[in-house]
Amino acid sequence: MLLKTFTLGGIHPEENKISSGSPIRPASLPGTVTVPLAQHIGTPAEPVVAKGDKVKVGQLIGKGQAFISANVHSPVSGTILKIDDFMDSSGYRKRAVQITTEGDEWLETIDRSEALREDITLTREEIVARIKEAGIVGMGGATFPTHVKMIVPEGKKAECLIINGVECEPFLTSDHRLMLEKGAEVMVGTRILMTALGVNQGYIGIENNKPDAISLMQGLCNRFPGIEIVPLKVKYPQGGEKQLIKAILNREVPSGKLPIETGCVVQNVGTAVAVYDAVQKNKPLIERVVTVTGKSLKSPCNLLVRIGTPVSLLLEEAGGLPEDACKIINGGPMMGKALGSADIPVIKGMSGLVVMDVRDAKRPRVYHCIRCARCTVACPMGLAPYLIAQMAESHLEAHAEEERVMDCIECGSCSFTCPSGRPLLDNIRIAKSKVGQLMRTRAK
Amino acid sequence: MSTTLIFVVATLSILGVISAVILFFIAQKFKVIEDPRIDMISEILPAANCGGCGYAGCRNFAESIVKNESLDNMFCPVGGNDLLKLIGPIIGKDAVEKDPMIAVLRCNGTLVHAPIKTSYEGISSCFFMHSLHSGDNGCPHGCLGGGDCVLVCTFGAMFMDPETGLPVIVQDKCVACGACVKACPRKIIELRPKGKKDRRIFVSCVNKEKGAIAKKNCEVACIGCGKCVKECKFEAISMENNLAYIHAEKCTLCRKCVAVCPTNAIWEVNFPERKKQSNDAETNEVSGQ
Repeated sequence: MLLKTFTLGGIHPEENKISSGSPIRPASLPGTVTVPLAQHIGTPAEPVVAKGDKVKVGQLIGKGQAFISANVHSPVSGTILKIDDFMDSSGYRKRAVQITTEGDEWLETIDRSEALREDITLTREEIVARIKEAGIVGMGGATFPTHVKMIVPEGKKAECLIINGVECEPFLTSDHRLMLEKGAEVMVGTRILMTALGVNQGYIGIENNKPDAISLMQGLCNRFPGIEIVPLKVKYPQGGEKQLIKAILNREVPSGKLPIETGCVVQNVGTAVAVYDAVQKNKPLIERVVTVTGKSLKSPCNLLVRIGTPVSLLLEEAGGLPEDACKIINGGPMMGKALGSADIPVIKGMSGLVVMDVRDAKRPRVYHCIRCARCTVACPMGLAPYLIAQMAESHLEAHAEEERVMDCIECGSCSFTCPSGRPLLDNIRIAKSKVGQLMRTRAK
Repeated sequence: MSTTLIFVVATLSILGVISAVILFFIAQKFKVIEDPRIDMISEILPAANCGGCGYAGCRNFAESIVKNESLDNMFCPVGGNDLLKLIGPIIGKDAVEKDPMIAVLRCNGTLVHAPIKTSYEGISSCFFMHSLHSGDNGCPHGCLGGGDCVLVCTFGAMFMDPETGLPVIVQDKCVACGACVKACPRKIIELRPKGKKDRRIFVSCVNKEKGAIAKKNCEVACIGCGKCVKECKFEAISMENNLAYIHAEKCTLCRKCVAVCPTNAIWEVNFPERKKQSNDAETNEVSGQ
């Protein structure tokens, strides 16, 4: 059978899924955690605790402020040490709550049993309220507050839910392991999200390089009607919302519009599990699965980590930082960002840490553009990256806007394929933020 | 043969005369009456088209002067007061004297003072680097060394110093057009009055973090200790968000703040050597004892 995939562009980077065989294990509890109050897109949360307060695991410490915002909960039990500015993965100092760990005392309301709860008793509104309360954000890395995504704008109609189990980034295996070990939870989470949206059709897209996950999930399908597993051909960036919709339903999201235009809502596998935990077990988002991997790392692994744990601790769990380490990348190697320090905390959107050696991390030498058009062929959004990059270099933002620079999903396929090693995405990002500024001033 | 030649020449001549007459009347009909003063002014303008005056080029500047018939809020930083004195008589208004300005770099986080902790690889654009991280030395307010300011300088008044990693402003060439001020994503460069005898004092730091954190990243950061504010008798220094700022209009260039600054964040430019003064201070102390 011919497998489905998206049609435009795409590349095949080396998969390097080294840690796919290692089961998820909980990381040891850190002595102190630093929980940033801005772990999501939108307004940062306001702290509702003060210095010296005692908190339990799962207790609310930051309240979401605006419509697009998310709650933050304490990932450990202990005492609030400080509410101050701490360096986060952006490289800047932002407001965070530091907590010293004392024991591991959970809130009584959280159901910690392993038993699967399949029955969905809540109504649509109650589910969305629960999701909002639990501070769930997009776990794939975009960290957009999930409850906002679940509210379908007026005049639009959701027809189906797509769960993103693609994990097209090289190296990362956290979603893969999650499907293998918590397949039933993913299924129930999907059912909950479908109920919340009022749709009867759900798809789970999984790339063909995870045959074990596909067969396991397909086996579970009989128990959960309305959910279909869609095996997909391996191609990067299939995990992009727009690409996934195109691959599964053959629908295209119009330029500058949201996926809801096509009647789809896309959520990550990790988000589905977090939703299951929040709705069925009353457990807020306080921990997540992080892949710690790298070619020269002693023991690449998938860890269940409390939010706020310093990255250095995770590296120790994986056998310590190797000597030839050059970059630690937050996220996958294609879209992730190198960290400025190993002391920064794990946040809700951190799907993996990739340790790169000097050879892999070094940027190639930059030569002139030879007009080979490889970037244009590779671009999954049908843009002309070489042209936009050139416009950015010449400060022609208005032209770049005409060339649909805002459609760029920053997947990095163009820079990856460029035989001249040109920093195409860097320049496109500049153009994107400048055009964004232009559009904002125009809106005013 | 010759008749043909005569015929051709005659036809063309008549055609030429008729066209000339038509063109003459059309030119009369659609004449654009332009104030001759615009040309007179734009001729003496520097024609650098730097935009430092706030208008789109020198011609636009000249047009606005003639249109408004005044020199209020009109200043050409390149030509300065001398130029405005020449423009004044053309429109019959007196030029308002303005203190000459100069761009100053309010960051001294050199490779020596603020050692590099991470190394950035990629395109050399401050705008991009600013959105990516806080900087190689960890200071989220300081100079990134990408050279966006050097790139926009049309007067060749800036260059990057490879030893310090900071841009250098050439005093003789800087005309204070303000292009670099706009280009800097961290608002480090400021236009300040050139000062008497080209002397000026300013805080060479824009770090708004608390002292201990600022000092950790950079030896010469303003730590917001407030010593200079107390020392200044003219209330020329204000402290906001852990950062001192010297108001040039109140500053008397006494240099007392420079001496008390524990991190040498306050800079003095073009002053004579301090040696003699410190000797004086010592002798005073001795005599006082």
